[in-house]
Amino acid sequence: MVKVRQDLNLPGGLISLYDLPLGRSAVVNSIGAQGLARRRMMDLGLVPGTRVNALRCSPAGDPKAFKIRGAVIAFRKEEARRILVELKER
Amino acid sequence: MGLTRQSSGFKTNTVSFLKGVPAKEDLVIALAGNPNTGKSTVFNALTGLNQHTGNWPGKTVLHAEGRYIYQGMVFKLVDLPGTYSLLANSVEEQVAGDYLCFAGPDATVVVVDATCLERNLNLVLQVLEITPRVVVCVNLVDEARRKKIRIDLDLLAQELGVPVVGAAARNGEGLNQLLSAIAGVACRRISTSPHLVRYGGLVENLLAAIDPAIKELFGDHFGSRWLALRLLDGDQAVIAAIREWLGGSKISRVKKGDQRQGGKLRYEPGFCSQAGGPAQRG
Amino acid sequence: MSLASAAKLEDLLKEVEVIRGQVPVDLNDRIVSSIYDRAESIAHKVVKKEKPVFDWDARLDDILTSRLFGFPSMILLLALVFFITVTGANYPSGILAGLFFRGQEMLTGLCLWLNTPAWVNGLLVEGVYRCLAWVVSVMLPPMAIFFPCFTLLEDMGYLPRVAFNLDNIFKRAGAHGKQSLTMSMGFGCNAAGIIACRIIESPRERLIAMLTNSFVPCNGRFPLLITLAGLLVLGSGPSLGATMIVVGMVVFGIMITLAVSWLLSRTLLKGVPSSFTLELPPYRKPQVGKIIVRSLLDRTMFVLGRAVCVAAPAGVVIWVLANLRVGEMSLLAHAAGWLNPFGQLLGLDGFILMAFLLGLPANEIVLPILIMSYLSTGSMTGLDSLEALHRLFVTGHGWTWLTALCMMLFSLLHYPCATTLWTVYKESGSLKWTALAALIPLCTACAVCSLVAGTARLLGLV
Repeated sequence: MVKVRQDLNLPGGLISLYDLPLGRSAVVNSIGAQGLARRRMMDLGLVPGTRVNALRCSPAGDPKAFKIRGAVIAFRKEEARRILVELKER
Repeated sequence: MGLTRQSSGFKTNTVSFLKGVPAKEDLVIALAGNPNTGKSTVFNALTGLNQHTGNWPGKTVLHAEGRYIYQGMVFKLVDLPGTYSLLANSVEEQVAGDYLCFAGPDATVVVVDATCLERNLNLVLQVLEITPRVVVCVNLVDEARRKKIRIDLDLLAQELGVPVVGAAARNGEGLNQLLSAIAGVACRRISTSPHLVRYGGLVENLLAAIDPAIKELFGDHFGSRWLALRLLDGDQAVIAAIREWLGGSKISRVKKGDQRQGGKLRYEPGFCSQAGGPAQRG
Repeated sequence: MSLASAAKLEDLLKEVEVIRGQVPVDLNDRIVSSIYDRAESIAHKVVKKEKPVFDWDARLDDILTSRLFGFPSMILLLALVFFITVTGANYPSGILAGLFFRGQEMLTGLCLWLNTPAWVNGLLVEGVYRCLAWVVSVMLPPMAIFFPCFTLLEDMGYLPRVAFNLDNIFKRAGAHGKQSLTMSMGFGCNAAGIIACRIIESPRERLIAMLTNSFVPCNGRFPLLITLAGLLVLGSGPSLGATMIVVGMVVFGIMITLAVSWLLSRTLLKGVPSSFTLELPPYRKPQVGKIIVRSLLDRTMFVLGRAVCVAAPAGVVIWVLANLRVGEMSLLAHAAGWLNPFGQLLGLDGFILMAFLLGLPANEIVLPILIMSYLSTGSMTGLDSLEALHRLFVTGHGWTWLTALCMMLFSLLHYPCATTLWTVYKESGSLKWTALAALIPLCTACAVCSLVAGTARLLGLV
């Protein structure tokens, strides 16, 4: 399992989903999770090429909620960090 | 001999009449859909069961059945667990997929959320892989109206190749059309030609490679495409389901034991909970 | 299966094995991507979205999940529901109690008129009838009001927001975020909460959720908490004070849930936390009328049913125990006396422990059983007011504020009712975990109560 850390040099213009600022929009590049977690995310529509919007953060700091294909889905820090997205406004 | 009822052909007519009409069996209709699409509301509205519906994903009660009568026919409605897909990532998905494939309902209704159509279409397209006798019920149209979302139902029906009915089950809107569409599809009065998803060269070739062997085993009218996908994916549970089906035991009811192997919650220390349910990958 | 089919299946499986080498590793990825490509193109053609007038969902969530208002709003909503329950239940309770008291007089009159032997009057009136009366007049109204309130919240779509707010806390306690949801369901009925645990897929985390579900008070325990809280604040503006005490109890129960979950995840149920994705569905306008009526009828029927099946027999048992004498004292007094030392340790007494033991089938009969036990060894008092209860408990049987507090704590934390335990057995398929589902809460309750009682006595507060 590839753990993506923030200090690694990510290929040009890519950030983790977790770091997507609230209110901004991006396009999914890759999903770092494997196995069941990966399948679940993809079933919810998180497929490379999907547009996502960062909506809000829990008052406790974690999880964060994102708009994915019309639905609002919340991810924890651990999982959101492993999804890479490209900042690209519409 | 003389003039008996028999010689005047009285009974002959009766006998041939009865032979021509199909026996009055229940028509089985499966009800599928994402969690939180108001599927339970549709279920209750059609069967009249007084169950309360909560607005929370994952709260669907496993295995609910009900009956209703329409146009003189008896329909048995089976409420499948709410799932996001049928690719066997969890017990619910396995149950739903197995039921649709092996129990062979006369028609399947997929309830989708009008305010979130794109995501819901994932399940619809997967169901179409298993069975062509599908009616899509676009529920929560009242909510969609409130949010100024408009859906062209006719175009959607064209794109999918199956009947599409708009409804707001909470208010009873659209239910008559739904009943009519279900009856039409179940009795084969309405024929459907679902447009399936193409998976790209390599995958399609692989599917074509094992298709003959599947058709050999199951015949022509079976969810062979879906089965092929499961087998290629290495899904062990579906092989077990096939054996069971061939062995003659009908998967007509969701058995409590299906929920987890042997009816016991397996917990072993150090168990990596990433693996989740019994859908094992070979 | 036939030989021909078996052979064909083997052929098929062989074919698959042959092809497996060519199957791409990311087959599932490709399939889902293709499906969503198609879904996207269809949706693009078919769905037309205009700019909405006002995004209710987003604005509501901005408040209910914000840093500033997120947690306060949760506590406020909880307090509101309890407040409605507490105040709303008073009126019907009073009416029902009055009705039942008159009914009791009529029944006694009937027995006298029929010249039935004394024990029939005792069994029927003092045993069965009284227990039933208490359950219906005191326990039923709060239950009938709380359930619809809670169902309304659920129907609106608020509960996933609770999970969203509390997930981090549960994660740090070693539990799954969705446990906050199963815990919420436990407020309505612990058995329903256990079934709700199905939404947690990982067996380890599901078990943690099941074992700790009883630490939130179910519908059957609320009336007991409310009544005892009312006793504690008697004379000083009951409704608000009682509400705050109940809220405090609930918060304490939640804290214990987190603590025990943490302990379990470090000892009996060690393992890796599983993944967590939560969908926040749009808020829906609840069908208020329909829900209230359906829930009300539903709950009322259920409680009445349980009252007849459980409370009535329990009344018989109590009456028998209280009136069968061995030597000088009744069986009940013997048993209570035997349990008393242990009870005192916990800040309770023998009768209270008896009531909890006999209350295993259903939590709502604990208080009625206790009252009946006290009445059978003391003088007759009316059923109808908090003051009468106060007289019975305090003057009649030496209660102090500590007794009330410890009884509330014990009720909050002790083993779940038999229905719930049965549900745990069916959901887990294991006797071991069912036994633990009863033992862990029991030990927690004993530990907490003895701690509180001991500390209070040590500090000379009692």
